[in-house]
Amino acid sequence: MTSKIHIDVKDLTMAYGDFLIQKDLNFSIRRGDVFVIMGGSGCGKSTLLRHMIGLKKPAKGEIIFNGKSFWNSSKEIQSSIRNSWGVLFQSGALFSSMTLAENVALPLKTHTNYSELAIQELVSFKLSLVGLKGFEKFYPSEISGGMQKRAGLARAMALDPEILFFDEPSAGLDPVSAKRLDDLIIELSQSLGTTIVIVTHELASIFDVGTNSVFLDPVSKTMLATGNPKDLLENCNNSVVHEFLTRAKEESNINEK
Amino acid sequence: MTDKLTVNKAGSDLEYLLHGNWKCGIDDELAVIKNEVLTPGSKIHLNFDLDSWGDNLVCFLFSLRKMCFEKNITVTMSGLPQGAERLLTIAESVPEREGAAADEKVESIFQRVGEATIDIFKDIKDAIKFTGDVAIATKDFLFNLSHFAWKDFMNFMRDCGPSALPIIALITFLVGLILAFVGAIQLQLFGAQIFVADLVGIGMVRELAAIMAGIVMAGRTGAAYAAQLGTMQVNEEVDALETMGISTIFFLVLPRMFSLIIIMPMLCVFANIMGVLGGMFVGVFVLKISPILYYQQTINAIRLQDFTIGIIMSIIFGVLVSGAGCLRGMQCGRSSAAVGKATTSAVVTGIVCIIVSTAIITVICDFLGV
Repeated sequence: MTSKIHIDVKDLTMAYGDFLIQKDLNFSIRRGDVFVIMGGSGCGKSTLLRHMIGLKKPAKGEIIFNGKSFWNSSKEIQSSIRNSWGVLFQSGALFSSMTLAENVALPLKTHTNYSELAIQELVSFKLSLVGLKGFEKFYPSEISGGMQKRAGLARAMALDPEILFFDEPSAGLDPVSAKRLDDLIIELSQSLGTTIVIVTHELASIFDVGTNSVFLDPVSKTMLATGNPKDLLENCNNSVVHEFLTRAKEESNINEK
Repeated sequence: MTDKLTVNKAGSDLEYLLHGNWKCGIDDELAVIKNEVLTPGSKIHLNFDLDSWGDNLVCFLFSLRKMCFEKNITVTMSGLPQGAERLLTIAESVPEREGAAADEKVESIFQRVGEATIDIFKDIKDAIKFTGDVAIATKDFLFNLSHFAWKDFMNFMRDCGPSALPIIALITFLVGLILAFVGAIQLQLFGAQIFVADLVGIGMVRELAAIMAGIVMAGRTGAAYAAQLGTMQVNEEVDALETMGISTIFFLVLPRMFSLIIIMPMLCVFANIMGVLGGMFVGVFVLKISPILYYQQTINAIRLQDFTIGIIMSIIFGVLVSGAGCLRGMQCGRSSAAVGKATTSAVVTGIVCIIVSTAIITVICDFLGV
């Protein structure tokens, strides 16, 4: 694992109109990191993700991929940066009028010159990776929520992205499926060296997969800590972060005494 | 004093005894404490002798303590059930969130008019930007035929074409029939029943068939487009396309617009025929004109330019209705209410566009003398 900086967020301020979401965000993600964006409900985790994947323009500040600032780049560079990502949305966001195979094939057909046969084989391979072998001809409405999410992951991985973004991957999944998805994430990061950015508030996932993180606070509207979640648990003095990572257990212990 | 609450006064201090069943309504009790005249600095003591209690008791205590806190009155209690005490502690432990109880803003008429005006300009700007985006995507389409969503395109063609035939047939047939009836009453006065054929033929072919088809498609297809695209916004499918670097206009809007624009003239021809048949029905069965004669009269009345104007209008309506549907769908917010709003707005915009453009086309035709 190299320690080269892959994504650099500098001085980022996010706002909807006059309504401030988060300000003064500064953190960097190294190549191969599994980076967790964590924080309580409504603190702007998903909004930060939407900024990082280029869906929303920052009110202030820059997001830099491999040394290139996304929002200050030309359209061509922006689209080449885009092609190095894959995004798994909260609901999977599969296109309902297409079969799973067509969904996964869409980015391949749009951005590569592969032959029909090569695309077909790649699609089957990606679907097998996420445990959906043989589901090529199914429509998204015919499979369960967890399967939709996995199919969404197969689509996100279609172009062998350097960075994978996950928006609350375990939301709405049973513990076993959530664990399996976490395992898959670890596997991807270790075997392919993919940089992974996850929005989540599942403690189990945070400690299982995270190697780096940022903690957003809805009250002060800025980040409180960044670093490996396990180190944060041991060393971070901030009571809000600590309470979050320990699920407020220690505090309630004190209360009971 | 009520059947659950006994009040004892001792100077400015009060003593309440809560007794009986506190599971049911507390309207009377709340009224008693609200009406009580309390002097700041006085004390209230509560005694409990309850048969049973529920949420209502805690609610009563909560509002009593809130009121007393504001007026600086000390409340003491003895004999409160433990469960109720714990609930009360939880309810009172969280401070009221700052700004959460902000008063509802009353907007002045000026503010509302101003905001509405800004919205109109924003709407116009969006529409212009959308038109530009569609133009750019159409250029891409010409150079990039293989990436076009042909399968979706064929599905949309089927949805807005053959599936719409029954409703179009019914409506234009009846409009032709109504037109013939209205005309016949007047024309009969002069013994000129045969000219019903001219009236219905020209009226339907030149204007009404296209307008009726347009309005039906605004309600049917325009609304469907807005709802589909709106739902895709809610499901983050539109975001997914954008992050994949696929133009949403190219991939989602163009197939929808093209299919309706191609289908509309065909529907218009079909609507022409059905409208004339509606008129013929009245001519043959009510006015006793022979079918052959009615047919001849219609054919002689309709000039090529009438037919052409009708077809051109239907193509324009196809652009406007599908454009309005797609624009509203793409503007849609991220909730089910927003999808409903987008759908409504798509139909309204579509119909307004149809009527306004008909007026403009009619004036232009009059000016050109066609």
